[in-house]
Amino acid sequence: MTTVRPPTDPAELHRLMSLMTGDEKHSAAATSTLDVLQVLYDRVLHVDPAHPDDPVRDRFLLSKGHGPMAYYAVLAAHGFLDEAELATWAGPGSRLGLHPDRVLVPGVEIGSGSLGHGLPLAVGTALGLRLRNLTTPRVFVLVGDAELDEGSNHEAIAYAGRSGMATLTAVVVDNASATHRGELAELFLVEGWRAITVDGRDQDVLETALTAAHDDRPLAVIAVVEEKE
Amino acid sequence: MTTSLAPATMREAFLRATADAIDTDDRTVLVLADISAGADPVPDLARRHPGHVVNVGIREQLMLGVAGGLALTGLRPVVHSYAPFLVERPYESLKLDLGHQDVGAVLVSIGASYDQPGIGRTHEAPEDVAVVDTLPGWTIHVPGHPEEAYRLVHGSICGTDRVYVRLSSEANAAPHHGDGLQTIREGSRDDVVVAVGPTLDRVLAADRFRGATVLYTSTVRPFDADGLRAAVGPVPTVTMVEPYLEGTSARVIAEALSDRPHRTVMIGHPREESHRYGEHELTL
Repeated sequence: MTTVRPPTDPAELHRLMSLMTGDEKHSAAATSTLDVLQVLYDRVLHVDPAHPDDPVRDRFLLSKGHGPMAYYAVLAAHGFLDEAELATWAGPGSRLGLHPDRVLVPGVEIGSGSLGHGLPLAVGTALGLRLRNLTTPRVFVLVGDAELDEGSNHEAIAYAGRSGMATLTAVVVDNASATHRGELAELFLVEGWRAITVDGRDQDVLETALTAAHDDRPLAVIAVVEEKE
Repeated sequence: MTTSLAPATMREAFLRATADAIDTDDRTVLVLADISAGADPVPDLARRHPGHVVNVGIREQLMLGVAGGLALTGLRPVVHSYAPFLVERPYESLKLDLGHQDVGAVLVSIGASYDQPGIGRTHEAPEDVAVVDTLPGWTIHVPGHPEEAYRLVHGSICGTDRVYVRLSSEANAAPHHGDGLQTIREGSRDDVVVAVGPTLDRVLAADRFRGATVLYTSTVRPFDADGLRAAVGPVPTVTMVEPYLEGTSARVIAEALSDRPHRTVMIGHPREESHRYGEHELTL
């Protein structure tokens, strides 16, 4: 199992994204998740492209499946995908859709696109790993701030917090796109999580937050990025 | 740990089958949203096998999402509530958290169409089988007796696919085990009745079916099309008696008999918003 991989270069990730989008310069919306994904795959996740189904791997669930170009780029940079395949993105017959599909893409843990499914699936995954006595894997789920409007997340946040699910980390990429927006960290804190709000573009700070100790309860990392245009 | 006393109800049979599975197979996990969490033998089971009974509280979307996550780690979730809260409220989670993730689970409902006639529309689900039938890859069992319920639930847990088991407080006097369509009474091959689950005894007693061949099934999906074709003549009338929304199986009967002229009669509960407390008997 690979634990630390060579860091990826931001310019390289933009080049890989350009294979899909054709753009040289990407909008903030297209890259809102990019730094979080880069830090997770460069510095945090124990995953191995040679063994994408290893039972003791960490799980990363991309719940916010819309706009997955940054995700595919990071997967390609880390060897889960051949970069030649990126050019087929969103084309007929491609494995790389506008929403990722776990059945098609190595390293993709869930098929997503409909908001509010990743966090409940992550809770079940964390419970399942514990029942299988797989105590080392951590479970990360990436959600958007607007996605937290979905009630299913609130069911999951309450249950995970009250049951002290210490292997679970939710990363909220906050680009201020929620309607009727509340205080994001509070949402988790009141249910018994730890919560940290950080600059979603500062990779060192993200790493510190994503690896923060939370032995007795789940962790929420609110990663604040530019407002959606 | 099989106890000798036969379960009196399908719900008891289901809980006992699940407990027996958990006692012998550490893959099995019972996922609840409060309903049946206090029913025997669940509290003992939870003590005996920590973590194998997960009660998420009254959170049915989470219940299905948790089932999907458990299945993603190789476990076998058994998920349970009243039918409206198991397959209607979290319908999209059946589609996405199980089907689209390509994982399985055993969903076991109680309440059926009108099991609790005083409780009203909120807990009644005559539409449930039709709803699940819109999704690909689901097996649907409608047991007609507690012993069938035990066998079907236990057998489903031993598999890996997506299964919906629809329990009812209505039952036939005797169980009829076996896969697919079983011939209960030989009669005319031109007049064939298919009785589903708990409707069988009423079908056998009905005057209008006196000369008919009576077939029985507790598994409605996949439907035993070969069995039906083998049982009917060249120009048959086939009457489907289902204890849920009338016409739910019209599609599969039409497909099964597409090779011959035929007439179908669909009996089930009518499509209505009845606003009526009380019995809803099938009209045979």
